Amino acid sequence: MAPRNAVHDQAIRIDREPDVKEIDVLWITAGLSCDGDSVSVTNAKLPSIEDVVLGAIPGLPKVRIHNPVLAYEVGDDFMKPFHEAAAGRLDPFLLVIEGSIPNEEVKSEGYWTGFGTGDDGQPIPLPRWIDMLAPKATGIIAAGTCATFGGIHAMEGNPTGAMGLADYLGANWRSKAGLPIVNVPGCPIQPDNFMETLLYLLRQLAGLAPMIPLDDRLRPTWLFENTVHDGCDRGGYYEQAEFASEYGQKECLVKLGCWGPVVNCNVAKRGWMDGIGGCPNVGGICMACTMPGFPDKFMPFMDRPPGSMSSATAVFTYGKVVRALRNFTQWRKNKEPRWRHTGDHLTTGYRPRSFDGKRQKSA
Amino acid sequence: MGREPDDRVPETPQAKPEAAVAAPKLVEMNWDPITRIVGSLGIYTKIDFENRTVAECHSTSSIFRGYSVFMKGKDPRDAHFITSRICGICGDNHATCACYAQNMAFGVRPPDLAEWIVNLGEAAEYMFDHNIFQDNLVGVDYCERMVKETNPSVLAKAEKALAPHSNDHGYRTIADIMRALNPFEGEFYREALQMSRMTREMFCLMEGRHVHPSTLYPGGVGTVPTPQLFTDYMTRLVKYVEFMKRVVPLHDDLFDFFYEALPGYEKVGQRRILLGCWGSFQNPKTCDYTYKNMSEWGKDMFVTPGVIVDGELVTTDLVDINLGIRILLGSSFYDDWEGKGEVFVKKDPLGNPVDVRHPWNQTTYPRPQKRDFKGKYTWVMAPRWFDKRTGQYLALDTGGGPIARLWATALAGYIDVGYIKSTGSSVKIRLPKTALKPEVELEWKIPKWSNALERNRARSYFQAYSAAIAYYFCQKAFADLHEGRTKTWRKFEVPDEAIGCGFHEAVRGVLSHHVVIRDGKIANYHPYPPTPWNASPRDTNGTLGPYEDAIQNTPIFEENGPDKFKGIDIMRAVRSFDPCLPCGVHMYLGKGREIAVRHSPMFGVQRA
Repeated sequence: MAPRNAVHDQAIRIDREPDVKEIDVLWITAGLSCDGDSVSVTNAKLPSIEDVVLGAIPGLPKVRIHNPVLAYEVGDDFMKPFHEAAAGRLDPFLLVIEGSIPNEEVKSEGYWTGFGTGDDGQPIPLPRWIDMLAPKATGIIAAGTCATFGGIHAMEGNPTGAMGLADYLGANWRSKAGLPIVNVPGCPIQPDNFMETLLYLLRQLAGLAPMIPLDDRLRPTWLFENTVHDGCDRGGYYEQAEFASEYGQKECLVKLGCWGPVVNCNVAKRGWMDGIGGCPNVGGICMACTMPGFPDKFMPFMDRPPGSMSSATAVFTYGKVVRALRNFTQWRKNKEPRWRHTGDHLTTGYRPRSFDGKRQKSA
Repeated sequence: MGREPDDRVPETPQAKPEAAVAAPKLVEMNWDPITRIVGSLGIYTKIDFENRTVAECHSTSSIFRGYSVFMKGKDPRDAHFITSRICGICGDNHATCACYAQNMAFGVRPPDLAEWIVNLGEAAEYMFDHNIFQDNLVGVDYCERMVKETNPSVLAKAEKALAPHSNDHGYRTIADIMRALNPFEGEFYREALQMSRMTREMFCLMEGRHVHPSTLYPGGVGTVPTPQLFTDYMTRLVKYVEFMKRVVPLHDDLFDFFYEALPGYEKVGQRRILLGCWGSFQNPKTCDYTYKNMSEWGKDMFVTPGVIVDGELVTTDLVDINLGIRILLGSSFYDDWEGKGEVFVKKDPLGNPVDVRHPWNQTTYPRPQKRDFKGKYTWVMAPRWFDKRTGQYLALDTGGGPIARLWATALAGYIDVGYIKSTGSSVKIRLPKTALKPEVELEWKIPKWSNALERNRARSYFQAYSAAIAYYFCQKAFADLHEGRTKTWRKFEVPDEAIGCGFHEAVRGVLSHHVVIRDGKIANYHPYPPTPWNASPRDTNGTLGPYEDAIQNTPIFEENGPDKFKGIDIMRAVRSFDPCLPCGVHMYLGKGREIAVRHSPMFGVQRA
């Protein structure tokens, strides 16, 4: 007799043999970074890093993660897969970039940040690694706001000319497999947001998921399409026009500097880890750390965002006007400041006296 | 105080001669990057395999980000948000320290409950960070897989060595402990990783987000105090304490075994006892954030600040500590500011002269250039502490934090809060009864050496310290809550002109922030985290930085010859300092005539 609930539908078995059997994840933290995104990833539970490394999730390729914060190997043992990949001998691989990309062209010698040592005995600058590895990568994830948009180190007045990965490679860049850069912003990255994105890409490579859906800033749509405000549990206070006048009160924080209404981020809803912590939901103003315009367009952080009260006083005229005003602000804040770019001139406003600020053309 | 640069007296006991170069077989060996730390660190060594010792070492970092440059002109209230981003594992220590400096500059004293909340958050940070570093990063250097590769005979001994505290931690032999530490597969490795997440939940309850907090402000915190908040924290804390009752004996067994199995192992990573601790956990009873009272309220911190030289507690006074800080450039990639930069603070608020090389008066002029181990080779500057008794510029280290904190706290004898008692020669840590284990009293005793194993051992004890003191902070927080003192923030105005300083312990050691405000904006800002102290290069006087100093002359116990050399003893020496390089390091060992250059695996460039 046939089993009562025999499965005959066409859905793909999630534990099937993956299309891509094995993959290396080459993770470079040598951008201008604090390594906070790597540390954050050790905090993820959904999935955890060991769930992925030990093969607990069905249908995934075997994954080898090469991340300096966790690696068993040291020095050249650790560097080996990076050099192998650059030489075209390690394929396929996903590249993860953490930290802003400094502009190494704005000075005549030395390096702002290096990773490993080159034939000349000097550190190999990050942009050279990107030039070597990007054409060979199956996909690239920019992890954290520094790598996605430039972040803190790309602040006005910075000496390094720092920028985000898409500023460096171009927003239209595609991998040899046809994947755009995948941006997962956050300062640091929300732990599960990163691991979930990595998992999506691994399932895509396994043949279990279609092309990852990204918005026009290359962010996974399901993580970043809503605003902080949309998911904030203090939204009810906003609706009733109850605003905190001092930090430590339980009401809505927009009068105290919260940018939640125009910031694309899911942390107020998701919490920081397992629903615990977050930002405005637990008393921290949203300082817009996931945004392309961060930090400059949101400083000073503790001032009331301009315009926030016009929508706050219009709180009972819900609808198109408020949304249109917010959409315009949101659009502006989703653009990076103009000084984050490639080229050999520093335009951040910093006037160097101990280096040139532009490349000296060698004779 | 205020000596001219040419008056500087080199610290002769530390300025070791540039290695025994005459030895014929020095092999240059490099490890770059050093992994299982936070940030970019490379080590370049010359090793004398015949005499089994490290002949020479330099320390260097290959990253520059420029915080002190781009913070100029910004709103002083933004300082803690920005400086948190200096470090991705202890960013909250920066945010906290920045708030301390802001509180001083703005003249605001947060409500008591805000201090208890910050203390609970910072205690959770120590519990988390020491935990993940000890058992998921450093621990791998002592795991079965590693010991098998580097010292098979030691593993054989470990298989036979019964663990003295197996009843406490559940592992029969030392080799069983080592197996449990194997990365990802090891049971204890995975348990520690999970525990590092639970402690970060505790952290997030108090400070919102790990690692860059959302709820800290000058003037207090935005965290809303409720019975739920402290209950959620405390119920996790007791689980951690139960875990600690296994962890401390487990590490005692493991580290004691190394002394036994490898006689002479005390020399690995050993250096002169030169420790600094800037104090942690404010006591709201006396801490009013004024500079003029800082000597007093600093002594009421729940980890005592102190400078220890050759085992002697030189001072516990934060004003002394502050005025002694000097930033030397030495072998780092910067132009000097003396004569070029503005002297912002000539006298402190008590009228004491402030040196031109003090962080209040520093200006950063980055000069990117080629790395040259005979000249300039790192982005890390060289902070030193001027010992006015001797006129020496001391290369203090933090020993990764815990050893200096416990040492200063033990010697000072100031603390007795029920869960922690400082005895003058030890620190007693009382862990109350938990679900399955009775009350336990641990005692950290001042060790004979400042070396790799003792730095690591102190880390375990300080995890227990943080958990125990958190009981006290919970007690105080509940009291305020139940008596209706629930305000957590106090209003302030940003003055047009002001200076401020904050002192704290980042997880891996001393942390200071110095700010100068002019026209209501930041005119100067200089954070000094632990890693510049530990990872500093040779300074202007030729004094080695602590890593360089601790590694140079470290004996080699590894059984592999040059061909398969992993440098495990060097790795243990470096990692014992809990390097955290977003604040900056690279190391280089070697200056003799090279007969061969080998990178750590046989991969990469062979230089003739």
